[in-house]
Amino acid sequence: MEKFTQHTGVGVPLRRSNVDTDQIIPAVYLKRVTRTGFEDALFAAWRGDPEFVLNQPAYTSGSVLVAGPDFGTGSSREHAVWALKDYGFKVVVSARFADIFRGNSGKQGLLAAQASQEDIELIWKILETRPGTEVTVDLQSRTIVCDDVVVPFQVDDYTRWRLLEGLDDIGLTLQHEGDITEFEKSRAGWRPKTLPAKHLPPVEIQAARPVGVPVDLGPTHTV
Amino acid sequence: MAGTLAEKVWDAHIVRRGTDGAPDLLYIDLHLVHEVTSPQAFEGLRLAGRPVRRPDLTIATEDHNTPTLDIDRPIADVTSRTQIQTLRNNAAEFGVRLHSLGDADQGIVHQVGPQLGLTMPGLTVVCGDSHTSTHGAFGALAFGIGTSEVEHVLATQTLPLAPFKTMAITVDGELPTGATSKDIILAIIAKIGTGGGQGYVLEYRGEAIRALSMEARMTICNMSIEAGARAGMIAPDETTFEYLKGRPHAPEGADWDEAVEYWKTLRSDDDAQFDAEVVLRAADLEPFVTWGTNPGQGLPLSANVPVPAEIADADERQTAERAIEYMGLTPGMPLREIAVDTVFIGSCTNGRIEDLRSVAKLIKGRTKAESVRVLVVPASARVRLQAEAEGLDRIFLDFGAEWRNAGCSMCLGMNPDQLAPGERSASTSNRNFEGRQGKGGRTHLVSPLVAAATAIRGTLSSVSDLGPDVVAPDGSPLDDLQLV
Repeated sequence: MEKFTQHTGVGVPLRRSNVDTDQIIPAVYLKRVTRTGFEDALFAAWRGDPEFVLNQPAYTSGSVLVAGPDFGTGSSREHAVWALKDYGFKVVVSARFADIFRGNSGKQGLLAAQASQEDIELIWKILETRPGTEVTVDLQSRTIVCDDVVVPFQVDDYTRWRLLEGLDDIGLTLQHEGDITEFEKSRAGWRPKTLPAKHLPPVEIQAARPVGVPVDLGPTHTV
Repeated sequence: MAGTLAEKVWDAHIVRRGTDGAPDLLYIDLHLVHEVTSPQAFEGLRLAGRPVRRPDLTIATEDHNTPTLDIDRPIADVTSRTQIQTLRNNAAEFGVRLHSLGDADQGIVHQVGPQLGLTMPGLTVVCGDSHTSTHGAFGALAFGIGTSEVEHVLATQTLPLAPFKTMAITVDGELPTGATSKDIILAIIAKIGTGGGQGYVLEYRGEAIRALSMEARMTICNMSIEAGARAGMIAPDETTFEYLKGRPHAPEGADWDEAVEYWKTLRSDDDAQFDAEVVLRAADLEPFVTWGTNPGQGLPLSANVPVPAEIADADERQTAERAIEYMGLTPGMPLREIAVDTVFIGSCTNGRIEDLRSVAKLIKGRTKAESVRVLVVPASARVRLQAEAEGLDRIFLDFGAEWRNAGCSMCLGMNPDQLAPGERSASTSNRNFEGRQGKGGRTHLVSPLVAAATAIRGTLSSVSDLGPDVVAPDGSPLDDLQLV
């Protein structure tokens, strides 16, 4: 995970509350096998609407999403965070986040910055009056700067520390790699290993056929 | 200090103890992988430039998407084909052992581990699949994980975890004829509810559990997750050792002796404290079936569909009403009068050789009810081979059933094996959620014996419905049908 100390980018005002993860990314996109490339799926149901904020040229390149309260509710799909990141968002600002979404964001290096609704209203006004205005989010001082407005935001200490250090869960665990290696030395020899592979002799598996297709059972197999 | 089985296995795997409320870092002995929940995890490794830390503790198989017909031809569904091809590419790139479709060791991931002798007592086992609890039957601590955690285990062979609570579920006495381990677990879930196990590792114990075969124990632990539990466990004993001995990856020689000596210590101490306890009398059990749309909505087969108007609690009443409507049932009708269209015998719950043997024993020399489609899907290719070696395939085909290749199949209908809208099944699988086996499909969860009796009669039935003279057409004693 990349270290996050400060980010400056175009602010996108999303004047909606209760944006659930089904709205962030519909279920139909979950069949994909990649963790990247979800940018087209972000807010898919709204992207056809020319009025939608991300379809307005001034906001298209946005990277700081300023949304209404209760952002990220509903399904636990991690794809919601992936889609926001893939589109280019580094920060989501909201007055309230759903717990799971906040947790998933922290794992993936997307900053979920919690600000007061009053302050968000101020930022919205600036972003709507002067589309394309840049917003600076400073994690060190936990402040959001938008034009002449400076407001504080909250993020829990543990997540802030991990983001500042650029540590994902895996990175954090790997800080203790010495402990893992030490533990591995003490593992008993009877504990199984999948490699080198051991198994019964390979046998050809007959393909089953749909009903109505004659089946040649052949000689009885022996294992 | 006295400990439970779960605590003993947990403690033996702590790489680093968490302080100030931080989670413990636990070592993972065995990581099972399949095609659906692994693609993004491998992609994550690739993006971060990380290798799989222990390919030698990792094994992959194709199961959720695989067709059960025409496996020698390209998979018709493009999404399924892509997911399977992605697993093949990832396994090759990261050096992970993979048993692909057509390989004799391919099959449902929760059958493949045990049959290869990789699943052993005292291990920590994880897989991106909630039914990983199956492996607890060996006295392993085994649980399902999400995609981020799959990546975490691939990269570090560990997981940060907060401790679970423990619940003892004691099943005393002897099971009556015609009742099986599936009926035990359906009765337990009906008793404690689908959320009753939340936050707990369940330990099944008592005389009735000790008497069960490994296959039957796997059925019980498999469905722990349907009670909301993270895992289910059974202390290892001679039955466990007997099952393991001689399997491809089972320890040998001095390693075997050392292992068995350790495994014998893996039981809850007599004075161990559980956070909760539940007791069931096996003698009271009879074949159980579900009538609703969650695994907790089950009743003895002799009962009637609930009458919502008689349910006092408003939420419960509404839930029952919705379920009965979806299932297309009439309140108060006897469960035995429910006619089914399809009987599905298979899944990681009941697709093992013992399950197939018990079904074959009951149906031998008979033909299925004309109106019923019967699908028999072995849990793994080895199970299929074993069944064929015993001539069970001929019995199924003579009965009028379809004898398929191995995989998850109609348990969740990710492949073409699905119910049509409104179609009704008696299924030996584990979930009766709305649309689980196909959009609009209606599922009744049953044991293999109830599935077989239902396939013969066309309506939900138990062994006793077949009459005393037809129970064992081959003349073998009925007692053999008990412990499946």
